[in-house]
Amino acid sequence: MMQPGARPKRGVPEGLWIRCPNCRNTIFRKEAEQRLNVCPECDYHFHLPARERIKQLLDQDSFEEWFTDLRSLDPLQFSDRIPYPERLKQEMAKTGLKEAAVVGRGYIRGRPVVIGITDFLFMAGSMGSVVGEKLTRAVEEATRLRLPLVIVSGSGGGARMQEAILSLMQMAKVSAALARFDSAGGLYICVLTNPTMGGAAASFAGLGDIVLAEPGAMIGFAGKRTIWATVRLELPEEFQSSEFLLRHGFIDRIVHRKDLRTELARLIDYCERPGVRTHTVAG
Amino acid sequence: MAPQHRLPFEEPTAELEAVLARLEASTNPNQDHSEEIRRIRKELTALKRRIFSNLTAWQTVLVARHPERPQFLDYQELIFEDFTELHGDRAFGDDRAIRAGFARLGDFKVMLIGHHKGRNLKERNECLYGCAHPEGYRKALNKMKLAAKFGLPVICLIDTPGAYPGIGAEERGQAQLIATNLMEMSRLPTPIICIVIGEGGSGGALGIGVGDRISMLEFAYYSVISPEGCAGILFKEANEQTKAKAAEALKLTSRDLARLGILDDIIPEPLGGAHCDHREMANNLKTYLLRYLRELSEIPINDLLERRYQKFRRIGVFEEGLAEAARELAQELPPGRQAM
Ligand SMILES: [Zn+2]
Repeated sequence: MMQPGARPKRGVPEGLWIRCPNCRNTIFRKEAEQRLNVCPECDYHFHLPARERIKQLLDQDSFEEWFTDLRSLDPLQFSDRIPYPERLKQEMAKTGLKEAAVVGRGYIRGRPVVIGITDFLFMAGSMGSVVGEKLTRAVEEATRLRLPLVIVSGSGGGARMQEAILSLMQMAKVSAALARFDSAGGLYICVLTNPTMGGAAASFAGLGDIVLAEPGAMIGFAGKRTIWATVRLELPEEFQSSEFLLRHGFIDRIVHRKDLRTELARLIDYCERPGVRTHTVAG
Repeated sequence: MAPQHRLPFEEPTAELEAVLARLEASTNPNQDHSEEIRRIRKELTALKRRIFSNLTAWQTVLVARHPERPQFLDYQELIFEDFTELHGDRAFGDDRAIRAGFARLGDFKVMLIGHHKGRNLKERNECLYGCAHPEGYRKALNKMKLAAKFGLPVICLIDTPGAYPGIGAEERGQAQLIATNLMEMSRLPTPIICIVIGEGGSGGALGIGVGDRISMLEFAYYSVISPEGCAGILFKEANEQTKAKAAEALKLTSRDLARLGILDDIIPEPLGGAHCDHREMANNLKTYLLRYLRELSEIPINDLLERRYQKFRRIGVFEEGLAEAARELAQELPPGRQAM
């Protein structure tokens, strides 16, 4: 569900200088960008848009995007402050994306992978019919092609409220596809980024064979406000952070953005089965 | 017996029921009330039918949450025999918000699983109004796997406002446990029947909601977010008006879900809702369960799993490719040239 309390700073803001929401230092924007949108002072991981993520993770020009012409409809005629179709248009204009998920295939240091990314910038990365369908197709293609699957989640919005029950059912749909991928022996690595909540955390983002997270990401099921309203207790320090989940046993590794590409390549190599997949192009 | 708790829109029927009760209790031998009693009964039936065939989405939510609505343990007692509860998740504890156990239904041995909200204060404190923790979802899956191992079909009765939003629940991986259930239920090699009997609250409901038959009782609801939560986001405040608006927008009634192609059946409730007649409700549910068990037991497991996969695979509404391109083209063309 939408977590209204969960709004991290969106990307590196415009302007020559920016202020880090974590250490409050004023930093040179160019410098942060050169460091993959990571604060040079405190290593705070700013949002990384889907296109940037692809550039950073995949070998140069190796990305082949799939299913680009899927568009959301408005089966419920849902209207929040503005009608849903209108909201979608605004989000498209704002992000240059057609939906919150980008999927396709590419290479990570020469290793072919199917990759999916959900982008927090587009409606909080929430999963409606199109995101569910794109991820499901990506999983099915990974199964068919016998390729490792990497999904980078930035789904702070969980299941998209504007498509109501259809969104909820996408959780089951993509999880069922992941079950088949798993039964077929596929390797699924999920990378949890800030934020990954609700219906996303409770479906595709919770099901990796290996689960990585960027430092300081907010990850959880229920929103902090809802929890606070229910239990009326002070929430523990670092509650629902990557570090909290690591400590409680739900994450394999916390990986700094600059190391992600190398780590993914290494993990893929460890899980490679002889005869199942061969490296082709080096990138 | 007439329900104790009255919903606001049940007031007119309550008045008639009170009159009826007075007349029926009257013992004056000089007065014959039988004609009047018959008339009022008829009127009452018509009135209930009128009210309950036109419930708003929010009224439906209220019926689904009616404190006297039959719950898991009621159905267990009224429908099943030899219920043998199986406790615990073998990892953390025994979540009382989700119950599980062997049971018999007609000639079938089944694994019966479901949320229990609690019928009195003691029960409710114990099972937190049906809000389960991760250990509840783990328990449910453990017992489902046990059922699959010995070829027993699984029946899941869903009735929860949502998974418990708490500190311990997050520490113990609420999201991961629900995700695991979705994945494992999609490939569990035995028939699974899922019925929303009251509240279908989001991921907490879906966590035991993946199966070969998905049906709802007539006045149950199933939603991605509670009307209260949705109202808070859309209108900044959850009051009687905004909750009703949110419930409407969410398309959460059984009729809405049937229209969206998600349900197998809407299981009819007794006149005035399930809370008016537990026994009749239980009988209706039993009829459907037996039918599903018979149907599903005939299907070879591989076909069953393929159909289950396709059942969820096709859910979603979007457009793709040519249709969209054509429309964009049409939009770009000046008016009058769109008829091509
Ligand atoms: Zn900083």
